[in-house]
Amino acid sequence: MELLSMAIAAILINNVVLTQFLGICPFLGVSKNSKSAVGMGLAVIFVIFGASLLTFALYKLVLVPFNIEYMQLISFILVIAAFVQFTEMFIKKYSASLYKSLGIYLPLITTNCVVLFVAQDNITQGYNLIETMVNSISVPAGFMLVLFLFSCLRERLDSADTTASWRGNPVALVVAALMALAFSGLAGIV
Amino acid sequence: MWQNFKNGFIKENPVFGLYLGLCSSLAISTSLNNAIGMGMCVTIVLIFSNVLVSAIRKITPDEIRIPVYIVIIATLVSIVEMIVHAFMPELYDSLGVFLGLIVVNCIILGRAEAFASKNPIGASAIDGLGMGLGYTFALVLISVVRELIATGGIAFYNPFDATQIIFGFNIEALAPYTVSLFSGSVGAFLTFSCFAALFAFIKQRSAKKEKEAKK
Repeated sequence: MELLSMAIAAILINNVVLTQFLGICPFLGVSKNSKSAVGMGLAVIFVIFGASLLTFALYKLVLVPFNIEYMQLISFILVIAAFVQFTEMFIKKYSASLYKSLGIYLPLITTNCVVLFVAQDNITQGYNLIETMVNSISVPAGFMLVLFLFSCLRERLDSADTTASWRGNPVALVVAALMALAFSGLAGIV
Repeated sequence: MWQNFKNGFIKENPVFGLYLGLCSSLAISTSLNNAIGMGMCVTIVLIFSNVLVSAIRKITPDEIRIPVYIVIIATLVSIVEMIVHAFMPELYDSLGVFLGLIVVNCIILGRAEAFASKNPIGASAIDGLGMGLGYTFALVLISVVRELIATGGIAFYNPFDATQIIFGFNIEALAPYTVSLFSGSVGAFLTFSCFAALFAFIKQRSAKKEKEAKK
């Protein structure tokens, strides 16, 4: 039950994009159409889940026993970059169609701050393995949900008649503000 | 060189013009204090990473340049994080997780890749300074608006000693009209979109003028 409420809180209440301002770059960049938004969302869930487990193991098995916790940032970002690279190569080799649909988004994920944030958050919150797994699935799931909703809204926005200086990203950010307002209404459910 | 420096402010402002480093600029711009602290940290990391990347640009193999840049940046960020933790604990607390996340701030990797890897050390340092100050400038603009609307005043503390206010004022007339929404995410997105539209407007107008001048 606790895990369930943790998941709901991570997806809806403390949504990474709308309340914690993480992953805004892909949020604006890859939300032009809903198909690529879903592709990006799935890729992010996969990478965050894998990278979080790896960094969790690295922290517990290497950094803590050797007393070098201050290397956390450097080692985590390297693990994430390597993991993204491996995922890309693996998908390229074994599933050409998946690579075609996800390929362009994969390298972008290294600089998605959600990945590093989740990896560090699992450590600072002192989660155990199960909680780490739940957290590393539900946080990117929240990212995917918001990205999908936002991309659907943006498809409509593109055809709307906006003033030249507001066209594109500025008006999309106003929509993001309204979405944040709507999501803040969910704050009481857990 | 002056052009390199000036570019970072209006025309190629990393935040409003290029939409880089948005996460931290939205999250940290709740107060002027955080904005200046974060801006300085990013500027310092940016200058040093540009210098280092530029210094090793001839011996870095092309295939592994991104991991090399990331290691350089992560090392610099760790150093800055430790210094801030040791000497400015209040700033460290209020910046929180975003201090470490400077590593994945696209401005830094972007400048390393787009500028420092192709230019000599001096020009790269100037570019880092210009971009860093442009980022700080953007953060300060957003944070001043948000802090004024949310609290009705501005307060800037000495980063080494939080009890000492260097600069601050309160507008009494604004006090009944403060909107606390602006300290949260809604205000961040709204303020940002207004500035982004303003910068787009300035850019479009100057482009128009150039076109007319050519005619």
